[in-house]
Amino acid sequence: MITVEKLKKIKKEQRPLLEKRLREIGNVDIKEDGSIVLNGDYYKKQLRIALKNCEIIDPNNIKEYIAVDGYFALADCLSNMSPKEIIEDIKESGLRGRGGAGFPTGKKWETAYSYDDDQKYMIANADEGDPGAFMDRSILENDPHSVLEGMIIGGYAVGADKGFIYVRAEYPLAVERLQIAIEQAKELGVLGNNILGTGFNFDIELRLGAGAFVCGEGTALIESIEGKRGMPRTKIYRTSHKGLWEKPTIINNVETYANVPVIFQKGVNWYKNIGTEKSPGTKVFALVGKVENAGLVEVPMGTTLREIVFDIGGGTQNGKKFKAVQTGGPSGGCIPADLIDTPVDFESLDEIGSIMGSGGMVVMDEDTCMVDIARYFLDFTVDESCGKCVPCREGTKRLLEMLERFVAGKGEEGDIERLERLSNTVTEASLCSLGKTAATPIVTTLKYFMDEYKAHIYDKKCPAGACQALVEYFITDDCIGCGACAKACPVDCISGEKKELHVIDQDRCIKCGACMEACPPKVSAVIKR
Amino acid sequence: MSDVKLTIDGQKVTVANGTSILEAAKQIGIKIPALCYDPNLEVVAACRLCIVEIEGSNKLQTSCSTRVKEGMVVHTESEKVVETRKDVLQLLLDSHPNDCLTCQKAGDCFLQKYAYEYDLKFREHDGAMRPELLDTSSPYILKDDAKCILCGKCVRTCAQVSERQVLTFAERGYDTYIACDANQTLETSSCVSCNRCVTVCPVGALVDKRQLSKLRSWEGSSRVVNCKRCDYGCEFEIVSKDNKNISVVAKPPTNGRPLCLKGRLNTELEYLNQPEAPYRKIDGRFEETTWSKALSLDGILEKIEKMDSIKGSTGEE
Repeated sequence: MITVEKLKKIKKEQRPLLEKRLREIGNVDIKEDGSIVLNGDYYKKQLRIALKNCEIIDPNNIKEYIAVDGYFALADCLSNMSPKEIIEDIKESGLRGRGGAGFPTGKKWETAYSYDDDQKYMIANADEGDPGAFMDRSILENDPHSVLEGMIIGGYAVGADKGFIYVRAEYPLAVERLQIAIEQAKELGVLGNNILGTGFNFDIELRLGAGAFVCGEGTALIESIEGKRGMPRTKIYRTSHKGLWEKPTIINNVETYANVPVIFQKGVNWYKNIGTEKSPGTKVFALVGKVENAGLVEVPMGTTLREIVFDIGGGTQNGKKFKAVQTGGPSGGCIPADLIDTPVDFESLDEIGSIMGSGGMVVMDEDTCMVDIARYFLDFTVDESCGKCVPCREGTKRLLEMLERFVAGKGEEGDIERLERLSNTVTEASLCSLGKTAATPIVTTLKYFMDEYKAHIYDKKCPAGACQALVEYFITDDCIGCGACAKACPVDCISGEKKELHVIDQDRCIKCGACMEACPPKVSAVIKR
Repeated sequence: MSDVKLTIDGQKVTVANGTSILEAAKQIGIKIPALCYDPNLEVVAACRLCIVEIEGSNKLQTSCSTRVKEGMVVHTESEKVVETRKDVLQLLLDSHPNDCLTCQKAGDCFLQKYAYEYDLKFREHDGAMRPELLDTSSPYILKDDAKCILCGKCVRTCAQVSERQVLTFAERGYDTYIACDANQTLETSSCVSCNRCVTVCPVGALVDKRQLSKLRSWEGSSRVVNCKRCDYGCEFEIVSKDNKNISVVAKPPTNGRPLCLKGRLNTELEYLNQPEAPYRKIDGRFEETTWSKALSLDGILEKIEKMDSIKGSTGEE
């Protein structure tokens, strides 16, 4: 049987081995207080709590997790704290759900705790599905034990002895590492029956998602675990009251669980002082798009978008003009350049019409068309709508059809009003958050980039030059008549005598851009307009 | 259970704790439109038509799934509710074929009823429509997917019959449709033609094929009879026109009345002037059969004949 003493012994043995291995790789700084952080400018400006062990420990070796104080928080909770005290601490820490909604974790746990039931469940939502988001994946692949430890602590607090990790099957490495982690944790005695000799039992099983984005929604996820079609339930009861198989159930996001052990390791006060008053702690973002340094960024809540995009992300690529940043994935909004100093926390993002979401952050530059971006996200939502409720199933489809018309230059007078009204109805009337937030990319782009919508609808122009149907290739007077463009044109729509101005037949042009590429750089006579 | 007092559209009402707003409204004669709600089925809040405004909440709530609370003030026809409800209905109409002229369900159709009540029309558009998929394989049920509004009532009522669960949702989003088993037809699936799904379908997506082209819903007169086949005594409507009983319409399966094909056929044979030939499903194929076979009376009829002939030959009264 494993005891705290044995944990300490493992740590003592393993720590020097870990440090030796890390020094050989040379990618970390080992600080005086024992903490290990990744070195380099990209990491210097970050504060990593949920990602603290990522790329540092070997995820396939539980001993390395123990060497960085892993499972000591669990041991402390089980032997020295009552469930009530744990819940009080989590409440006091101010930890809020990292899956996007920001619901206070302690409050959720308290609800499940308050119901007396013979069976309760803990679920880790690892069905990360936002396009371009990979926060949870990184934690699962690089530090699976932190999620297990958070779940076990939560299970002890609410009185659950069974946990499920609902992980998408598209994350095979995460699945594999979770399986290894669960096996090792059981073998060691920090998971399973009589954990650390305290008499507390907790078991964790994996459930693999089958590729439905909507299963990231709590109640749809529960339906899926129950073996049913993944469709959200109407919320007559909170899941912390009646969730999985009608039993009190806690669903937390992977990142939320990864925060739990740290709160007990370092103390509630330490944690509370990070971030903002209403949103303590840090948040992990997947910084992607047209940004110089793409990757995972973990910063204290309240850090401004500017610090994330420019100081850490290094700004836009190739010196292009920064235009907007999209947060919150398909449920989120586009934030324009003049709001770049907005602090990133639940309240501030909500105020400007976007959301924190699970942490997707897509940087856009001057070449990005905002109408097309709205179309892209709606296309995703239409694909992923479960089809249960009318506003989402039918409404998002019609919204997408409208946006498709705009980018094809077929928008009409009155379309903007129709788009606004239907967006509002879909938001108001949909059953679950997928539908309720589906129109956010439209609403925010209408709010901040109305000019672009008008240009598409009334002038049949795409200011960013991104919508193919609305751009034309044109040869200016700078043409030297070399004929390179005509030779490159796949549909032979460029005519002109040698050494004379060439002309593109716009009716036949397929807008492939081959002429522009073929025109000698010194001449650059082919332009897109 | 304690009572709860609330106000709906200015009227005070007292109902049992745990009642939904929709049911509470019904008690004082306020009918909130709903397409997916059925008191006998699980509440799913999918159609979103029954939305209401509750004072103190800035979000619209579905009245089927929201329970009453003491002192609640509910508006079922506020401007916001009506505008949103109209949009939701219009979304359904935009995907629905404009076929009320020849649709068997006309007059009985809830989509038609609500469109009339909220003054909405079909409108032309070049967007997507539901594909025209018609399952004509069964002699008892016509399944017209183009008319389906995906309320899921048929799926839920089918799921209430253990060992059945034939109907299910397939695909997702706009492409969702109702499938039989793993994409079988009504004929090849495990469907036993009990017609529960037909009785709950609010539109013309599932209709009783034996009523087709016989009469419109507003024609003739009807009376309700109880099936004599078994003790459940399911209810059927006998529809008559010009002094002739024309069709038998199954009433929804309430109060533990399950509905079955045999009972319906039994009722048809008993009441109709000219009952259509019965069919039996044998190895996933519908075959025309005799009434005695359809009602499993073959052996019994023989026995009755035999007993009667014995009686006759011995001269007993």
